Amino acid sequence: MDQFIQQIINGISLGSIYALIALGYTMVYGIIKLINFAHCDVYMLGAYIGYYCMTFLHLGVVPSLLIAMILCTLLGVLIEKIAYKPLRNATRIAVLITAIGVSLFLEYGTMYFVSPQVRTFPPHIVKSMSAGIKLGNINLTFMQLMIVSVTVLLMVLLQLTVKRTRIGKAMRAVSLDVDAAELMGINVDTTISFTFALGSALAGAAGVLVGLYYNSINPLMGLLPGLKAFVAAVFGGIGIIPGAMIGGYFIGMVETFVAGYGYSMYRDAVVFAILILILIVKPAGLLGRNVREKV
Amino acid sequence: MLEIRDLNVYFGVIHALKGVSLTVNDGEIVTLIGANGAGKTTTLRTISGLIKPKSGTISLDGADITGLPAKERVRLGISHVPEGRRVFPAMTVLENLELGAYLRRDKQGIAKDLNKVYEHFPILYDRRRQSAGTLSGGEQQMLAIGRAMMSRPRILFLDEPSMGLAPLLVQEIFNIIKSINESGTTILLVEQNASMALKTADRAYVLETGSIVISGSGEELAQSEDIKKAYLGG
Ligand SMILES: Nc1ncnc2c1ncn2[C@@H]1O[C@H](COP(=O)(O)OP(=O)(O)OP(=O)(O)O)[C@@H](O)[C@H]1O
Ligand SMILES: [Mg+2]
Repeated sequence: MDQFIQQIINGISLGSIYALIALGYTMVYGIIKLINFAHCDVYMLGAYIGYYCMTFLHLGVVPSLLIAMILCTLLGVLIEKIAYKPLRNATRIAVLITAIGVSLFLEYGTMYFVSPQVRTFPPHIVKSMSAGIKLGNINLTFMQLMIVSVTVLLMVLLQLTVKRTRIGKAMRAVSLDVDAAELMGINVDTTISFTFALGSALAGAAGVLVGLYYNSINPLMGLLPGLKAFVAAVFGGIGIIPGAMIGGYFIGMVETFVAGYGYSMYRDAVVFAILILILIVKPAGLLGRNVREKV
Repeated sequence: MLEIRDLNVYFGVIHALKGVSLTVNDGEIVTLIGANGAGKTTTLRTISGLIKPKSGTISLDGADITGLPAKERVRLGISHVPEGRRVFPAMTVLENLELGAYLRRDKQGIAKDLNKVYEHFPILYDRRRQSAGTLSGGEQQMLAIGRAMMSRPRILFLDEPSMGLAPLLVQEIFNIIKSINESGTTILLVEQNASMALKTADRAYVLETGSIVISGSGEELAQSEDIKKAYLGG
């Protein structure tokens, strides 16, 4: 029983991370129908920014998190402006290939500047974060509490932004029908930029949190979590925000349980098996439906 | 109020509009009719700023707006009910209407216009919390028109508002168009239903494969033998 509860705690923590990353994939897909491969590298850079803030600027966790989010926001907007915006009317495959190019550029560009060496966070911060509450055999670390609370807070803010604000309504409108949105007077370019900004801020936060959680970062660290978060987004229904949240937690939970019950070797395989399964059984994802428009 | 001069639009090698010129005066209902693929929708989309013309000018109240982004044209008073309604299906009726007022900041004015839309279309009030995708075709058309009215336009474009509607509803939509016009909004109406359109309009233009071939008052065109043969089924 203790182990079960422990796995749930671990699963929720990991799932939060996947959910944060998956939101960026899903929002960008929703608005420009692009699988933004560079998204996982924004996450990686978020981790590095957090690392440098803590190691060289000796900042605390929260200020580092905020700085990483802000810089990732700028980075996401910049990537969209430079790489994707000129291709607004290009074929989807051209944009997709560009996204892969941007991703490789960020990974190996980062490697050039910071070396491929694995880095760890300052020991005193790691130590204070891994302290926590012990209930019998169940361990709830301060880090896990932080991951979950930051994630929940960001998700609530995101939902409020998308549902209540003017720009959030514009986001939804553009993702439903670009032309009609333009006829409402919505500035489509601004709205797309804003979407990248939101997604990248979340990825930046996820990067710092993961870096601290596993205490290990490297320039290729985005690849696997990026893929899994993408699976999470597809699982929930790509383009659907609550879908990405549910998908993230589901994938995190499955992976943790598979690993926790001694099948560690299969943890990644299981995630991709889920992807294949969902594509066969319900390609639109858990919350997805094929909206038929009346003519 | 609206003046289009010598508009040329290409889609790749397709020359979709071949020097289209037309004017719409303040307070008029002008209709643009023509067969499928004649270029009616393209004309409206170009005036709204969704398509960039290769050449030609569009001016509103004497000011050249050819280069303006769509958003600025909305600000200047152009509102467009697109072909096929194009309501935002996953958003509620109310959210759709609010998006129509996207560029406005006058909360009270918006609330007033929202009430006006609900007066015109009581069904939209009953359905305001429902997602627009669940509305019937006729209700979606009403929503599309209501949404366009929420920007408080000076000129309203309607692209085949009667498409796919039952005869009774077609009559109702045309009555609504007339009453919108009577309350001071100029109208440019694209229609397949030429007889209804000509009856309603002050003036009409006939578009044929990208060129205006005939123009005149609605009555004149409704009487013309050529028009009767080509568009009125006899
Ligand atoms: N995006 C596009 N790409 C290529 N060709 C287009 C595009 N839009 C329109 N066309 C072509 O331009 C011509 C005019 O089309 P348009 O939609 O303006 O016709 P229409 O008069 O509105 O027809 P309908 O009554 O069927 O709605 C057609 O030959 C059409 O195939
Ligand atoms: Mg048309």
